[in-house]
Amino acid sequence: MIGGMEQSQSSQGQTQSQSQSQTFDEMWGRENLLRPPYADLADWIEHEDPRRLRKKQREAEQVFRLTGITFNVYGQAAAAERLIPFDIIPRIIAGREWARLARGIEQRVRAINAFLHDIYHRQEIVRAGRLPAEMVARNDAFEPKMIGVTPPGGVYTHIVGTDLVRTGDDSFYVLEDNARTPSGVSYMLENRETMLHMFPELFSRNHVQPVSNYPRALRRSLAACAPPACTGTPRVAVLTPGIYNSAYYEHSFLADKMGVELVEGHDLRVVDGRVAMRTTQGYQPIDVLYRRIDDAYLDPMNFNPESALGVPGIMDVYRAGGITIANAPGTGVADDKAIYSYMPDIVEFYTGEKAILQNVPTWRCSDPSSLQYVLDNLAELVVKEVHGSGGYGMLIGPAASKKELSEFRRKLMARPGNYIAQPTLALSTVPILTNAGLAPRHVDLRPFVLVSPAGIDITPGGLTRVALKKGSLVVNSSQGGGTKDTWVLEE
Amino acid sequence: MLGKTAGGLYWMFRYLERSENTARLIAAGQRIALTRSSSADDEWMSVLQTAAVEQGYLAAYDGEVSRDNAIDWLLRDRDNSSSVMSVIEAARNNARVVRTALTREVWESVNEAWMTLKAALARKVPERDLPEVLALIRQRTAFVRGAMTGTMLRNDIYNFARIGTFIERADNTARILDVKYYVLLPSAIGVGSAVDNVQWESILRSVSAEGGFRLTYGQDARPREIAQFLILDKRMPRSLSFCADKIRDNLGYLVADYGDRMKSHDMADKMCLNVMSHGVDEIFELGLHEFIQGFLGNVAELGGQIEIDYRFSA
Repeated sequence: MIGGMEQSQSSQGQTQSQSQSQTFDEMWGRENLLRPPYADLADWIEHEDPRRLRKKQREAEQVFRLTGITFNVYGQAAAAERLIPFDIIPRIIAGREWARLARGIEQRVRAINAFLHDIYHRQEIVRAGRLPAEMVARNDAFEPKMIGVTPPGGVYTHIVGTDLVRTGDDSFYVLEDNARTPSGVSYMLENRETMLHMFPELFSRNHVQPVSNYPRALRRSLAACAPPACTGTPRVAVLTPGIYNSAYYEHSFLADKMGVELVEGHDLRVVDGRVAMRTTQGYQPIDVLYRRIDDAYLDPMNFNPESALGVPGIMDVYRAGGITIANAPGTGVADDKAIYSYMPDIVEFYTGEKAILQNVPTWRCSDPSSLQYVLDNLAELVVKEVHGSGGYGMLIGPAASKKELSEFRRKLMARPGNYIAQPTLALSTVPILTNAGLAPRHVDLRPFVLVSPAGIDITPGGLTRVALKKGSLVVNSSQGGGTKDTWVLEE
Repeated sequence: MLGKTAGGLYWMFRYLERSENTARLIAAGQRIALTRSSSADDEWMSVLQTAAVEQGYLAAYDGEVSRDNAIDWLLRDRDNSSSVMSVIEAARNNARVVRTALTREVWESVNEAWMTLKAALARKVPERDLPEVLALIRQRTAFVRGAMTGTMLRNDIYNFARIGTFIERADNTARILDVKYYVLLPSAIGVGSAVDNVQWESILRSVSAEGGFRLTYGQDARPREIAQFLILDKRMPRSLSFCADKIRDNLGYLVADYGDRMKSHDMADKMCLNVMSHGVDEIFELGLHEFIQGFLGNVAELGGQIEIDYRFSA
């Protein structure tokens, strides 16, 4: 068998801090007892030659390079394309566990869409006193041009990536609701393809729920939200900032798998009240635009006038029912980290049910007593920027040096409203393959959710991100994180 | 299809074709340099001219022509936008832009060509490794062509790729003749001298046609036959006549597909007519140089018109 799980765990125990020694491992639990979903995998690993596995790991890397599943790092030359490291040990979720998670995700996404409709219409939640008016009025992501606009099909967030973390057998927390343009789904799909290609025998032995239906489901969901101006079969396109964008691979991948055009701003213009793309035979209207650019760049006439990525006048066409933009502009108001702290209330307000998935307790530093608590306990907390993403600009108290702590303290006091704080969660671990055998590393999970007027569709599993550095809690690819194939077993 | 996609395909295949042609020119140049005692540097100048990169080279190297510098400029220099490395990278960037129009096989073959050649051209190529590197360039571009032939639908995507290929190839063969036309002129005859034999052979080698020529015309390379072969022979896949035909054919498929006849179609017809309405003796009589110049003008003009007709850019 590969390395010793026990050995690497006990050696890790000596170096781990207090909070991490309570870590729940998804393969071995807390008590070092093999958990049932991993039974078959453990058996397989035991009979595998470690050298073969390490060779397969290198092969996987070559496959990813050849396929071009690379990302560009901002600020580096185009030549500096990097791979997101892929670990071949799958993460396994039991069907029963998933069913509960899926119910919780669906409830939350439903509430987010109801919330967005409310926020851009009567703002009942504010009137009811459940959300302070300034959370909306003073929110940068609130889009005044969306007031009174109902998107085609009533859908605001066609695609959502709900970031989850696990801390125990039964405890899952939502870390973030990505309601703008969540990325990573191409990795979910390519990871599975790579595993099927490299380890077919594993899939004959385990009954893993497929993920390959995602592009079809995405196209169907988008087409179901065609605008009033669409008369025939809805014409869908993916809007990308271009080949130098860090997620370009994913944009072309999705357009390719959906069989739709991949367009850039300079391919589009408004013609006769429609957004149209320049084809070899003239301009042809688009019905649904899956845009992978931020709100601010969408329309230089209505938003950032410097933007060369968007389409001048697209917002006017949108408001007149000439095109569907997915996700709708202004959805960011539902996923920033200040609104996040109200999510349990938001779920209850719109669904009439208690939230199935837990929120991480959150201190809003804009509140003076919370700020005091955060300053007093900085070394135990995780502090994040309200509008930050990608793991940048965040402080992990237990891992920070004295100097980092005091620098962050200054930032907090200068702009308290810019930050929220959360307890440092003991994120679960899943084994990865290292040169010394299997070793536990912290993970999170981003399931991908599609919303259409017909309902909500969640692909079983999602993208597992894994912090490759021992003890690290930062899973972001921009900060040295990797990914894993994620299995949901058939019941 | 998006106009941008048509443009991306056209340029992707022009660049691939260019990388291969440049590799051939270098091989022919190297061969002539090795088999001639004097004025080898003149030969590298003419290679630079044929590749249409001599101006940039002379500026970069203060007018000094040497074998090593010329080869490095042609193969690797990023300041030369037509160096093999530059065009392979440009081909791959275009492939990324048009990724949704390509099969996985074609994309992977381009991506792998880029990965392989980036490694092979990471450092100055020593003389002893040159044949291997040049072979690698030809082999990698051939893989792309193979994947293309074997996996792509014969539709407008394919047509734009083919048009790009043959515009570039027509331009390349015409440039070879343009730079070397004087060795083919009857007036320059010291026919059969060793010098001329090497030059003639070099022309054929630049278009990978030594074997084909021998099969068709026999052992002895004569200027008249070489000109006939490279300009008029429809069996020869790099002849001007062959390329012009292919361009016209592929533009014709677009007419059939789209239903609209554009200005570029008339220009392609005219180009074919210009090439084929004269026999080789007539061409020599009228002036080989003028004939080639006229052809190069036709190709450039046609390329520009295709970009307009099919809306490559806004």
